[in-house]
Amino acid sequence: MSPSTPAKRGRLLYRRTFYVPAGAIADVGAVSTQVRRILRGLGVEPEVVRRVSIICFEGETNIAIFTKGGRITLMVWEDRVELFFSDSGPGIEDLELVRRPGYSTAPDWARELGFGAGMGIPNMEKNADVFVLRSRPGKGTAIRATVWRSRDERKGSGAGTRA
Amino acid sequence: MNAREVARALGLEAVAFPHPEAEVEGGFCSDLLSRAMAEASPGEAWITYQRHLNVVAVAKLKELSMVILARGPEPEPEVAARAEEEGVNLLRSGAGMFELAGRLYTLLSRGPRNR
Ligand SMILES: Nc1ncnc2c1ncn2[C@@H]1O[C@H](COP(=O)(O)OP(=O)(O)OP(=O)(O)O)[C@@H](O)[C@H]1O
Ligand SMILES: [Mg+2]
Repeated sequence: MSPSTPAKRGRLLYRRTFYVPAGAIADVGAVSTQVRRILRGLGVEPEVVRRVSIICFEGETNIAIFTKGGRITLMVWEDRVELFFSDSGPGIEDLELVRRPGYSTAPDWARELGFGAGMGIPNMEKNADVFVLRSRPGKGTAIRATVWRSRDERKGSGAGTRA
Repeated sequence: MNAREVARALGLEAVAFPHPEAEVEGGFCSDLLSRAMAEASPGEAWITYQRHLNVVAVAKLKELSMVILARGPEPEPEVAARAEEEGVNLLRSGAGMFELAGRLYTLLSRGPRNR
């Protein structure tokens, strides 16, 4: 599945795709830490880096735990940072349910490692200014998350989104 | 109070200690990674029983000042190596999470102002 393209605004500064194999839980977080390093290298605003890092980590762990593998594309624009997550299944039946805090189908092996609070997707959504989750059961899931780089376009009128 | 002072006061053993001067701005306890991702704040010390590679990733991404591994087996050498590489302070203790949290809380509530 390929995520839909947002309206083109600003100039694309950087683009890179990372692959996350199924069950790659031992070193999950490898993509997120790399993304963080890249964003800092590009001089992206610290608050934006923090939010994108959180979104990336949760998307990355979900691909590793729940899917047959997938990929993450990072796009840095002048005015925003975007992450696209896509995987090759199994897909999500009930999109409302997985957005509910506390809902988790994490297997025991993942729970032993501290996953399975059912907070990943809600936290991705909270840290993104635009969050689009699509899925085709049996096929796969695609998520697009956008974080604006300019304060006034950000969620919560620029005061950050910490609760 | 910096990580070195906290480590000394709590008698922590260094697993990887690349930034002992990091300022410890508070503490956070959880064994759930996504809870730490959601609720820990930059500069906090994270007390946990988890001791695998993902802990280093969370600490790095959340810009935590240190991770304190509560009572349990020594972490794998690759965890220590990764913490060193990523610049994450990783320390361990023979004490449980409850005791560590209590002692850290007391230590930090004294605060730099009232010392
Ligand atoms: N890419 C995906 N493909 C299929 N199912 C998914 C995918 N991502 C999440 N899910 C489902 O959505 C549920 C909720 O995901 P979420 O990330 O919020 O919580 P979790 O991963 O179970 O726990 P946590 O993220 O707190 O460690 C998962 O338990 C799983 O059932
Ligand atoms: Mg998750």
